[in-house]
Amino acid sequence: MIPATDEKMNIVIAGHVDHGKSTVIGRLLADTDSLPQGKLQQIQELCRRTSKPFEYAFLLDALKDEQAQGITIDSARIFFKSARRHYLILDAPGHIEFLRNMVTGASHAEAAVLVIDAAEGVRENSRRHGYMLSMLGIRQLTVAINKMDLVDYSRPVFDTIVQEYSRFLSEIALSGSFIPVSGMQGDNIAVASRRMDWYKGPTVLEALDGFIKEPPPLDKPFRMPVQDVYKFTRAGDTRRIIAGTVETGAIRPGDEVIFYPSGKKGVIRSLERFATQPPSSYQAAQAAAFTLEEQIYVARGQVAVQAKDIGPQVSRRMKVNLFWMGKEPLTPQKEYLFKIGTAKQPGRIEEILSVMDAAELNAKDKKDQIDYHNVAECIIKTDRAMAFDTADAIPALSRFVIVDNYEIRGGGIIRQALPDSQEPLRQQVMRRNLKWALSAVSRERRWERLSQKACLLLVTGHKNAGKKELARAIEKKLFAEGKLVYFMGIANVLYGVDADIKTPGPNQSHRPEHLRRLGEVANLMLDAGIILIVTAIGLTQEDLEIIRNAVDSDLIEVLWLGAEPTDIKIDLHIESLENLNETLSQIKRLLQQKGIIFSI
Amino acid sequence: MSDHLEQLENLSIHILREAYANFKSLCMLWSIGKDSTVLLWLSRKAFLGHVPFPLIHIDTRYKIPEMIEYRDQLTRQWQLDMIYGMNTEALDRKETYPDGNADRLRCCKLLKTEALKNTLSGQWPRYRFNHAANRYETDPNHDPFTGVIVGLRADEEGSRSKERYFSRRDRASEWDIADQPPEFWNQYKTDFAPGTHVRIHPLLDWTELNVWEYIEREKIPTVSLYYDQGAGKRYRSLGCWPCTFPIDSTARNPQEIIEELRSGQLKNIAERSGRAQDAEDGGGLETLRREGYM
Repeated sequence: MIPATDEKMNIVIAGHVDHGKSTVIGRLLADTDSLPQGKLQQIQELCRRTSKPFEYAFLLDALKDEQAQGITIDSARIFFKSARRHYLILDAPGHIEFLRNMVTGASHAEAAVLVIDAAEGVRENSRRHGYMLSMLGIRQLTVAINKMDLVDYSRPVFDTIVQEYSRFLSEIALSGSFIPVSGMQGDNIAVASRRMDWYKGPTVLEALDGFIKEPPPLDKPFRMPVQDVYKFTRAGDTRRIIAGTVETGAIRPGDEVIFYPSGKKGVIRSLERFATQPPSSYQAAQAAAFTLEEQIYVARGQVAVQAKDIGPQVSRRMKVNLFWMGKEPLTPQKEYLFKIGTAKQPGRIEEILSVMDAAELNAKDKKDQIDYHNVAECIIKTDRAMAFDTADAIPALSRFVIVDNYEIRGGGIIRQALPDSQEPLRQQVMRRNLKWALSAVSRERRWERLSQKACLLLVTGHKNAGKKELARAIEKKLFAEGKLVYFMGIANVLYGVDADIKTPGPNQSHRPEHLRRLGEVANLMLDAGIILIVTAIGLTQEDLEIIRNAVDSDLIEVLWLGAEPTDIKIDLHIESLENLNETLSQIKRLLQQKGIIFSI
Repeated sequence: MSDHLEQLENLSIHILREAYANFKSLCMLWSIGKDSTVLLWLSRKAFLGHVPFPLIHIDTRYKIPEMIEYRDQLTRQWQLDMIYGMNTEALDRKETYPDGNADRLRCCKLLKTEALKNTLSGQWPRYRFNHAANRYETDPNHDPFTGVIVGLRADEEGSRSKERYFSRRDRASEWDIADQPPEFWNQYKTDFAPGTHVRIHPLLDWTELNVWEYIEREKIPTVSLYYDQGAGKRYRSLGCWPCTFPIDSTARNPQEIIEELRSGQLKNIAERSGRAQDAEDGGGLETLRREGYM
């Protein structure tokens, strides 16, 4: 069969274990003549050798492991075609332990087929999978009621399941068609059944062909998470190229873009492409690359937005729906990494609002942890503000995953941005960045000239730990090595820039404002390319976040001197100054590793 | 531009850029075959004309000679950072299938899997092309590669259809198929424990036909072995000459191969049917692949 077009669609197959997904797919492949000759013979030969009756499901169970266990263990990809288009079937297994494979399959699919056993009826995973499909963004669904041959092709059996499952689908805002089939006998898979004349609807194949290929979201505001900024100077290429995949909308040369959450602004100078003429625009779903008129600092993790469009949400706190697939429960006690687009931030579950049990979706419990395979409503708080959209506005930018111990173990969608304490500060900095007048020398050129990256070296620790002594020693050592370095005592700021709010004695009420101003002063010095050393007593993570608002956060290194650090995240912990020379070498190594000091 | 090829190209570029942004010690395996050559072309697209990581080729000394010529010619022409590795010990011991001292699977394991594992980890010598001197030299760098880009496709054979785009390998390069983390939306496994590495598969969703359509559309230079030179034979899949056999075909260029694949004689013949080691592994590559084979 040769499709009329080159159109391709990804389909996921889901359903409870043993409800017959593999048989449905195997039959679909065989009946559409989509099997390579070698494959069919190979399986038939294997069945002959092992004295097993040939089953269509074996076609998919290509791995020895699976054949031994009798269940599909991973989301396999199967290619086939109809007269309408090409299909890639992502076979999602139904065993309860293998939900992560279903998620993998479903998130790459444009439509889903959910298989329910006519004899067994709606089971736990029929519901769980339906709910996950909805959260993962599937909007087109057909439900195959399989093994109709085992219930004598009975219409009442079919009708009962249809009634029960449609009620469930409407609760989770999904809808779909229902088809009575038998994978084993081939009824209503690719060929209309003659054993169920009471059914007048489409076959599974016709239902697949009836799914609509959704166009890329061009009508939404432009969003592009920045994947990277390229400068291949050594290969003689002077372009500074910003690269990423466009999620929604489009851009053209001359468009003004803002990068969130920093608020830095630039105008697109050129679209870039290798081997052919650059296109006139880059739009949703395309891997884009462009240069800017201005030499502003852009980094991976920021979201490019058209200045004329409504911007994304920016916050550290968000209300989310999530699913968890880790063996260890998800708890508010632990720190995780949260990834949205290309941004990655450490954070925590601030509060678990409710946990839904997939077996009984209407039961909602207040719990203090989220177990394996559960779905929950939570509040997340990340270390730094992240840029995102809510699920009802731009779904792609509302999606996040949770990384625990190097693995993605959960994911979800952001429903709502919640206020966080630093919002006013952030807005101030965004306004500053929008108004920022760029110096005539780019950051990279300045850094190249100085053989150093600008850096804020925060030396913190408890009172009398020797912070100033250390700061001065670092300053002397780096200066002797030819670096542009400056130690700025905190008093210099307190009694100068802060003179209007400085009150005598240990008054903490102005602390956030002091830190904000310190951050602004540091930002100016860093823009001038300086390695700036600042000492401060007992900084906490919250304090650091205030400073980070004002300074590009990848330019800050934190040293803790002495015992008992606060909750602040430290780049280097120095126990004491007993061996100052060794400590200074340690600091130098850190600066070299981070690429702050280097020689050309 | 054809829509389905553009979709495939966009996702592959996205994956290559994710790999480059997240793995400091990154390399790409280049087998000289059509798939990894398409991958090389896609890298130049992703990085706007550059290939900003080394290419690794595992030489078995039994590769069809045209493959090595083509490799070095493209290395010079595109200024590629080219590294090859090989199992010199096994070759010196003559523990190979052509020498009659190993069966096909053992030979593959020694000359390819072992050579690959030890070249990636840096335990065996690497030979890097010095463009100024126009020759291969022993590479002083022994750092292990933590990200390895591979041009395999899901439709090639059973076990490859179970791969992720970003697939973790443990310390011994082994692959635990039953315990793979989920991979969803545009989020991949870019965090990894010390000592482990990640295999990256930007071509996972491509079919053999897509690869040829793309070669034709982009005019990508490919090795002449894929085309009939007048004898009515051509290679469909490339490997070592003792275990790789040409098929009967008169296709002389990508366009004719596409026609052959779409409607002609190859429609129902498995792509790797000319590769003898697959047949010895119970009809698949699973045993080899669990141990680290591509």
